[in-house]
Parts: sequence; C-alpha cells; structure tokens
Amino acid sequence: MTDVTDRTPAAPKPRRSRIQEFLSSDFFYAFRRSPVAIASFTVVSLLVLSAVFAPLIAPHDPFNPASLNLMNGFTAPGTPNAFTGDQFFLGTDDQGRDVFSTILYGMRISLFVGFAAVLFAMVLGVLLGLLAGYVGGWVETLIMRVADIQLTFPSILVAMLIFGIAKGFTPVEYRDQMAIWVLIIAIGLSDWVQFARVVRGATLVEKNKEYVQAARLIGRTGPAIMLRHILPNVLSPVLVIATISLALAIIAEATLSFLGVGAPPTQPSLGTLIRIGQGFLFSGEWWILLFPAATLLALALSVNLLGDWLRDALNPRLR
Amino acid sequence: MSLVSVRNLTRVFDVSKPWLNRVLERLPKRYLTAVSDVSFQIEENKVYALVGESGSGKSTIGKMLVGLLPPSEGGVEIRGVNLASEQDAKTIDDIRSDIQMIFQDPYASLNPRWRVGDIIVEPVAARGGDTTGLASKLLEQVGLAAEDAQKFPHEFSGGQRQRIAVARALASNPKLIVCDEPTSALDVSVQAQVLNLMSDLKDDLGLTYLFISHDLTVVRHMADTIGVLYLGRLVEEAAPEDLFTTPRHPYTQMLLDAAPRMDEIGREVEPPTGEIPDPINPPSGCAFHPRCPLATDICRERRPELRYVGITRVACHHTDAA
Repeated sequence: MTDVTDRTPAAPKPRRSRIQEFLSSDFFYAFRRSPVAIASFTVVSLLVLSAVFAPLIAPHDPFNPASLNLMNGFTAPGTPNAFTGDQFFLGTDDQGRDVFSTILYGMRISLFVGFAAVLFAMVLGVLLGLLAGYVGGWVETLIMRVADIQLTFPSILVAMLIFGIAKGFTPVEYRDQMAIWVLIIAIGLSDWVQFARVVRGATLVEKNKEYVQAARLIGRTGPAIMLRHILPNVLSPVLVIATISLALAIIAEATLSFLGVGAPPTQPSLGTLIRIGQGFLFSGEWWILLFPAATLLALALSVNLLGDWLRDALNPRLR
Repeated sequence: MSLVSVRNLTRVFDVSKPWLNRVLERLPKRYLTAVSDVSFQIEENKVYALVGESGSGKSTIGKMLVGLLPPSEGGVEIRGVNLASEQDAKTIDDIRSDIQMIFQDPYASLNPRWRVGDIIVEPVAARGGDTTGLASKLLEQVGLAAEDAQKFPHEFSGGQRQRIAVARALASNPKLIVCDEPTSALDVSVQAQVLNLMSDLKDDLGLTYLFISHDLTVVRHMADTIGVLYLGRLVEEAAPEDLFTTPRHPYTQMLLDAAPRMDEIGREVEPPTGEIPDPINPPSGCAFHPRCPLATDICRERRPELRYVGITRVACHHTDAA
C-alpha cells in the first residue's frame, strides 16, 4: 500500500438528499434567475394541471348530451342566456356546450397526443441514432439517408400521409377510436429525425472515448454499451429537443385537427375546437374561436420558451 | 513459458479516402503500417516497457494485446492461447478476465454518469460475478475511501481518477495489466504517487505490466525490460541499466541525448535531426536511415533483423560500430 495519498483526509460529510441537491444546483439557480423560465413554467404547469384535473374543474361535461340544453346555444361570455338565464364564463357554442369545459377537455386530448407523439418520436429517434452512430457502416448510411429524405418533406405533410394511409387500413367502425393513436404515430413518425441526428452526432463523439473502450475490453456487448454507457451521456440534448418538439407536436396536432384529419368531433382537441369555432367567426360568435385559440397559443408559446431556456441552461458554453 | 508472447505482430490500417472520392480523383488505396513485424515476450511478474515517439505504434500494440484491435498478421499469445484464433469460448473468457487495461486519460476513461462503485465492479458484474463489498475493498487497496463508491467521477482529481481506473483494472483479479501512458495526463507530483501505487500492487498481487510510455524517466523507474519502437518496428530491447548506460541503436542514443538530465544542467544538447517519416511511405531498408549518422548503402537496401548483442536485442547493421 502507498503511504503517500493525494486525497485530503476530510471528515466524512453526510450525503445530501436529492431535493437539497437539486435546490442548490446550478440548474435551479439559473431557473430562479430567469423570469421567462418562471413565467412559462407556471403557465405550463397551470395548463397541464387543469387538463389533468378537467373532470373536477369543468363546470359541465361537454360530452354528456343529457347535460346539454340547445336553448343555451351561442351564449356570450359573462352574460346570462336570453332564454334560460344560465351564465357561462367563456360562453357556449352552437349546441350549448360550455366553451370553458370544452377547452379543458380539448387540452387533455392535445396534451396527451403531444406527449405521446414526442415520447414515440424520442424512443424511435434515440434508438436509431444510437444504432447509426455506434454501428456505423451501411446501417448508418441507411438510417441517416432515410432521415435526410424525410427532412425534405414538410413534417405536416408526412403526418398527413401516414394518417391517410393508416385510415385506409382501419375498419370504419374503429376509425374514431383509433384516430387518436393514428395521430400519435403519424406525428411521432414525422418527428424522429431530429432526435436521431442529434443522438448520432453525440454518439460518434462518445464512442471514441476511453470509457467505451474500457467497457468493450471488459467484455460488454454492443447493446449493453449503447444503452448503459453511451445513452446516459447523450441524453441532455435529447431533453431539450423533446421540450421544443412538444410545442411543435401540439401545434402539428392542432393543424391536423383543424384540417379535419386529426382528432374526431367526438373527442375534440384544441385544433378541432378552433375548426368548429372558425365557422362562427364572421357571424359574431367570436368567443367560440378565440378562447381555444388563445389557449393553444399560451400552451405552445410557454412550452417553447421553456425549451429555449432549457437549451441555454444546459449548454455550458452559453452560461 | 512466458506469460505473453508476441510474434511477428503487424497491423495495417486502411486510410484510403471514401470510395467515391477515390473513383473521382483517381487515387489509389492507401495503407498505413502502424506496427510492423514486432516480436517480444513478457515474463510473469515483470514490467515490459514500450517507448517511442507519438506515431511509433505503441498504443496500437497495447490495443492488440488486450484484444481491442485484431492484428493484421502475426499474433499475441497469452499463456500459449492466441485470442484471435482460439475457438473455445470458455478459454477465451478465462484469458480475457486475466487482462486489463489502464488508459491514458482518466477524464475520459471513467463514464461520467456512473457512480464510482459501479464503474469499479463492472469487470466482475459483466461476467455475472458476486460484487458485494468489492468496491470498498478495491478503493481502500488503491488508497481511497470506501464511501467514495457513492460519488461520481467528476468529484475527483486526476490522480484520484487514475487510482479509480487502477481499482477497476484490479477488480477481475487480472494477471496482466496493459498501461497505456497511465501518468502522462497527470501532474508530475501526482505521477510519482500513481507509479508507486502501481509498483506496490505489482509486488503485492504478482501482476505483470506492459507499460507504454514516451517518458524515459518514468520507464527507467518502472521497467524490467525496455523495448524501443521506431515507426512501428522494435529497434532495441534491453534492460534499463544497459539501455541507459550503453545504448546500442543510434535512435536510442539520439533519444537519450535529447532527454533532459539533472546532472548536466547547462550542457549543449545536440537536437534530434529530422522527423519521424510518414508511415504510409516508410523509408526503404532500415526505417531510421534518413536520420541516422551511421547510415550506409546496406541500411537503405536491407531491413536489419533484431539480433542479440549480449542479452540486448538490436536491429541495426552497424551495431558493432555503435
């Protein structure tokens, strides 16, 4: 044993809990110092929470026909209905559905589709990117050329194409149920390229580091090296892209639904609500369009700002 | 029988441009001979050092020895088993766990997202072995504290990280450890500590080292035998005292002359002449002849074989003159 050591004999300090560690981290410090981050985080969490707890918050159940009164149709926000005297916070649509409630329920669909599509794109893109970067050769050429080709098409077009093909294969009676899942797959498939490119680039850097050689020497096989050694080291850019992709996925879903190829009217998302609302814009019932559109704007903008901030906060060169 | 026996080891890299560029620009394929016909043996519980300039093929030999790179020609036998041609999986696995490596850069050789304890026991965990208590035992063996197992690599200094790398190399109870410039990324003050640790561990555990370095003073301190590499060829092999007192090969003489010496501060140093040649187009005959003061016609025509002068092996046509 050596008598000379290069460590200072310090008293063993107690390990701090994960929460304490987080609260004293650079990351949290950067968060506290950024008003934009705090504001957008607050808006996002408010919207997400109200979507999750929609059944508890919403004053009406817009999907229960028994609770609807056609006489309540076209009630303006904040004023009592001329026939029934009922008041609605954000007004009602043509069938007497409370706009505030439909927004809450619509946001659930929008957020669910957004999160699920990004998750799908992320898993697919990260795995393909890892494989391309680590294996190289024709596997890399194949994956990255497919990615390049897909990038030359607008992603909304790719999503519409996939949606159309999938619709053709689904039996008519299942179409409405399957629509949400098809939507998730369509948006996810149109969005994996970004993840794959970033992960491939990071993998190319990581795989030449000596810790990967050490793992190979120890006898670890390719999959174990990719998933256990390289993956944890390429995840922080993935987190940033995932946040920004979430905003894009929500907008893509709204666009598809607005065009009538997305969420069915039985499960209206924010995009579907906007499509329904725009029919009444010029007849004076502006609230049916404005409130869902404003919600979508707030959601997409705050997620985007949060993603931008995250990119800066996780990039040591911009600090 | 020697623990390691390297026979006619050769490694050629294909450094051609991509196929399309070659076709368009009408370029031939280009090959780089990193290691050319190197043979040596390492006895059990000894330290064999490989020295040479950058690009002389030291690290390539190390990688072929541990099996990270397949040899182009020739082979490495560890206890009589050639890893590249052996078929029996059990034998390969046994030999593999007898070899470990310590890398040059302790900042790159430890996975930054893993806890030190997990890093250290990985050689055992990868084979499904029992790892209870192993991390703390190994950490104490290399002079760190058992509770350091919970920390991440970034919480340690360079010297401490290299100790962690040593602990990982020891985990599977290896016989042979290939050390690829283990101290060149460290401060001089820390170098000595890590070297002392390695040499103590060698005595305690009966280890054998292949020690790759470009630092002659480090090698002199550690090695039992020194092999001098030039452009992928072994030009001289000698015990340290012989090499430092009576260097036989003109290249070794040049290296020793260029090394700074404490006892002759202020002496006039003849700077080394010429540069290491391009390994894609190596010189004919003896690779050293363009820089050699003794070069004659035969050096330009015939490559010298390693031959014995006493117990030293030298590859030079003019050994007796030198």
